[in-house]
Amino acid sequence: MWRYLIPIGLFGALLAFFYLGLGRDQQTLPSPLIGKPAPAFELPRVDDPSRTVSSQEFAGRPYLLNVWGTWCPGCRQEHDVLLDIARRTVVPIIGLDWKDDLELAQRWLRELGDPYAVTAFDSEGRVAIDWGVYGAPETFLVDAAGRIVHKHVGPLTIDIWEEEFMPKIAATGSANE
Amino acid sequence: MRLLLAALFLAVCMHDAHAIDAAPAFDDPALQARYERLTHELRCLQCRSETIADSNASLAADLRRQTRELIAAGKSDAEILQFMQDRYGDYVLYSPPLAPRTWLLWAAPIALLAGGMAAAVVVIARKSRLPDTDPNDPGLGGS
Amino acid sequence: MSAELGHFALILAFCLTLPQAFFGLAGAAWRRPQWMALSRRAAAGHFVFMAVAFACLSYVFYVNDFSVLYVAHNSNSELPTFYRFAAVWGAHEGSLMLWLLLQSLWTLAVVAFSRSLPVTLTARVLGVLALLSAGFALFTLMTSNPFERLWPAAMEGRDLNPLLQDPGLVVHPPMQYTGYVGMSVPFAFAVAAMLEGKLDSLWARWVRPWATAAWVFLTIGITLGSWWAYYELGWGGWWFWDPVENASFMPWLIGAALIHSLAATEKRGLFKSWTLLLAISGFSLSVLGTFLVRSGIIESVHAFANDPERGMFILIFLGCCSGAALALYAWRAPLFRSSAGFAPVSRESFLLLNNVLLVAATLLILLGTLYPMFLDALNLGRISVGPPYFTLAFMIPMLPLAFLLAPGMHASWKRASFERHKKLLAILLALAALLALLVPTLVYGWRSVLTVVGLTAALWIVLSSLIEPIERLRKGHSLSAGVLGMCVAHLGVGLFIVGAVTVESWSQEKDISLSPGESAEVAGFRFDMVGLRNVSGPNYEAVESEIAISRDGEQVAVVRPQKRTYRVQTMPMTEAGIDNDWNRHLLVSMGEPLGDGAWSLRLQYKPMVRFIWLGAFVMAFGGVIAIFDRRYRQRVRSEATSPAAADASTA
Repeated sequence: MWRYLIPIGLFGALLAFFYLGLGRDQQTLPSPLIGKPAPAFELPRVDDPSRTVSSQEFAGRPYLLNVWGTWCPGCRQEHDVLLDIARRTVVPIIGLDWKDDLELAQRWLRELGDPYAVTAFDSEGRVAIDWGVYGAPETFLVDAAGRIVHKHVGPLTIDIWEEEFMPKIAATGSANE
Repeated sequence: MRLLLAALFLAVCMHDAHAIDAAPAFDDPALQARYERLTHELRCLQCRSETIADSNASLAADLRRQTRELIAAGKSDAEILQFMQDRYGDYVLYSPPLAPRTWLLWAAPIALLAGGMAAAVVVIARKSRLPDTDPNDPGLGGS
Repeated sequence: MSAELGHFALILAFCLTLPQAFFGLAGAAWRRPQWMALSRRAAAGHFVFMAVAFACLSYVFYVNDFSVLYVAHNSNSELPTFYRFAAVWGAHEGSLMLWLLLQSLWTLAVVAFSRSLPVTLTARVLGVLALLSAGFALFTLMTSNPFERLWPAAMEGRDLNPLLQDPGLVVHPPMQYTGYVGMSVPFAFAVAAMLEGKLDSLWARWVRPWATAAWVFLTIGITLGSWWAYYELGWGGWWFWDPVENASFMPWLIGAALIHSLAATEKRGLFKSWTLLLAISGFSLSVLGTFLVRSGIIESVHAFANDPERGMFILIFLGCCSGAALALYAWRAPLFRSSAGFAPVSRESFLLLNNVLLVAATLLILLGTLYPMFLDALNLGRISVGPPYFTLAFMIPMLPLAFLLAPGMHASWKRASFERHKKLLAILLALAALLALLVPTLVYGWRSVLTVVGLTAALWIVLSSLIEPIERLRKGHSLSAGVLGMCVAHLGVGLFIVGAVTVESWSQEKDISLSPGESAEVAGFRFDMVGLRNVSGPNYEAVESEIAISRDGEQVAVVRPQKRTYRVQTMPMTEAGIDNDWNRHLLVSMGEPLGDGAWSLRLQYKPMVRFIWLGAFVMAFGGVIAIFDRRYRQRVRSEATSPAAADASTA
């Protein structure tokens, strides 16, 4: 007799899952690199392409890696926030200019202000692939030991900076300084 | 904000000028077949309803190039898929990797077939012992 | 003004569902013939107001009234008139209006074609259908009003998505929705039977044409969708196991199982429990499909809307209608057990296996579609489940089923001895295997054992579905529409499998760049880029290339693919150039200009691809034939159709 209740039982379980699934963020993908060593890179600099910048230069201290492009509206949106964060001099911000035009990028930084300690020029997107980048803007927090501890997809806001990044910076900072 | 991102993705992805390379990736048909198979198993992360073989997103073109280079470097299919998985997670693979959380998914086809057949056998065995018709509702007969 | 009129008509349509529901259900429960008659009138009135509302929405599209938000989002004054009407259902709000209109049409059809049914049953069916309409109407009015105004009005509309500006948009959604909504009729019949406490073989006879009709429309809708995507997108694929495609396929599989289960219930009074559950599941899957597409819970390029609020409403609706039906099932199903049996080898056994395998396939597709959502909801990460999984999972139950079709068609009820057809079936199987092995290998080359196995099953089905018609015609026996329909439909299945297996095994493609004067070769065909020119369309600009296709020096075809840029949405789009022939398609799609007149092109060879859609349409045609069987139009004497006699004879 009880087997006639199986269909409605299964249906109820299904509804419960749907309820749990509603309203979840579909756009953002979790990064498999959290907790792993940040991929090393060596790329030409946007301000002076004859020189290179490498991840080695920042070993031993925490830093932010911000992926951007002049073609990306969200990056324009977060640019002022980045300038604000840079002014607070908590950690250096390294820019990764992704699949961009060099001249446009240089003009962008000249005209809008340069929040970056240095900007790397990833014209072919290989470094971006290594970092698992799929949509600009993306911002990574790397700790002093060179591990990626946080990733944010989408334009930064001061709230996100204070709620997501600052606590993690404090945690890694105090452990290493 | 998510809406803006979604709109941007949609704008890139809803146009269907498919990811047409300027030339076949490999002259060797065996390598070309591997390239085609792999690019059809990887999901484009910008145009998420397409494989990187069919997507026109710039990321798809970059990942196709990466696949080509890895094949040319002699990597096996498993190594190439692992390369992508390490950077983008399980999401990038259209064939879900076998792990405890996907055991149910992968076991389901055989389990349902076997279970269904077993249940059918039990029911048929029972039914074969019953009389031909039910006097309450003999059915309308015919062919 | 017309928008307000339409809005008002929609509200009235909603209001009329309430008396339709009340008088139908209460009238049947308390045996009041006047109430039941009132229910029918309310259904007719509901249709009228729904038609007016839909007409008003069409009108505001026709006159380019951009003060209506929905029109501003989905149309444009340069949009050809043809597409302006189709744009009505091009997005979420309008598609709901289409759903409601079709629901009212199916209800009207039930009113019109139920003369030979007991009044109480019809009244209950109308009552249930009214509740479904009420739910959807409320959803539309409360969360998705297509008549909302935009103030100040837009000067121009955002234009219909260029991908939708194609004749496919005019036919695919209406057919698809007619199928989805049509599944509500067997659902309503099932609920009505459970409410009445009576489910017998007569009931099955009445429901069968409705189930078949809904399934036919689903078949046509899905086939048109596949065909449209194939030629519109030019990617050469005909099925991607996208969540929305799966959402349409699952009701189809259950519908197919339902038709077969109803056969057993009609002929022998068996499988009542199965039939009930299948009828309930069919419509539930239709609503589930609607939920998946509009709630944002699943990622899909087809997704209409990404709105958890709307999703919640549909979830509640789904919970109510399917939950109530399943609760009724738990209560009433024990009543409907049959004490009849059948031999291990019999038509009934084959139908049981058919049910089991089709349901298994449906469950697997459901599992694969929802699995990423399950894991995410349990915080176990994000995965993707795509064609590699679905193709394997689908084939596992379907391959055995394909081989059961031929003998199943010829099995007799109660005990099948296959006396007449044993030898013939065996010969045809051997013939099928031989043909499957030799013909494709000689024409295309060896591929794999699986290919031969698949083609053997397909050819066996094709050959054996011809046995019955040929035999009967030769002996001068009559061939009822029911039997003919069955044979034709199964023939369609065989043709479909031939197409699917051949295309998946032997298609070839090549990406290459060509400038005028250059050529490339695929599958023995030579593609010459003859020239390029600019073309102007009503709302787009395009570059068109002329490609001459030849074989062994002889010209076979000239195709003219285009790369279009639509003026309003500035989306670039490819129109593939396709050369059709009965046994293959040749496709050319344009990619990007590479400078100096060179363009990247995708050249594709698709053998036997037409059989996919041909087979599916033949399946649908078989269903249509079966609906016209004379026995559905007979008044059955043993069941009273007048209310007075119903009082006396029904328990």
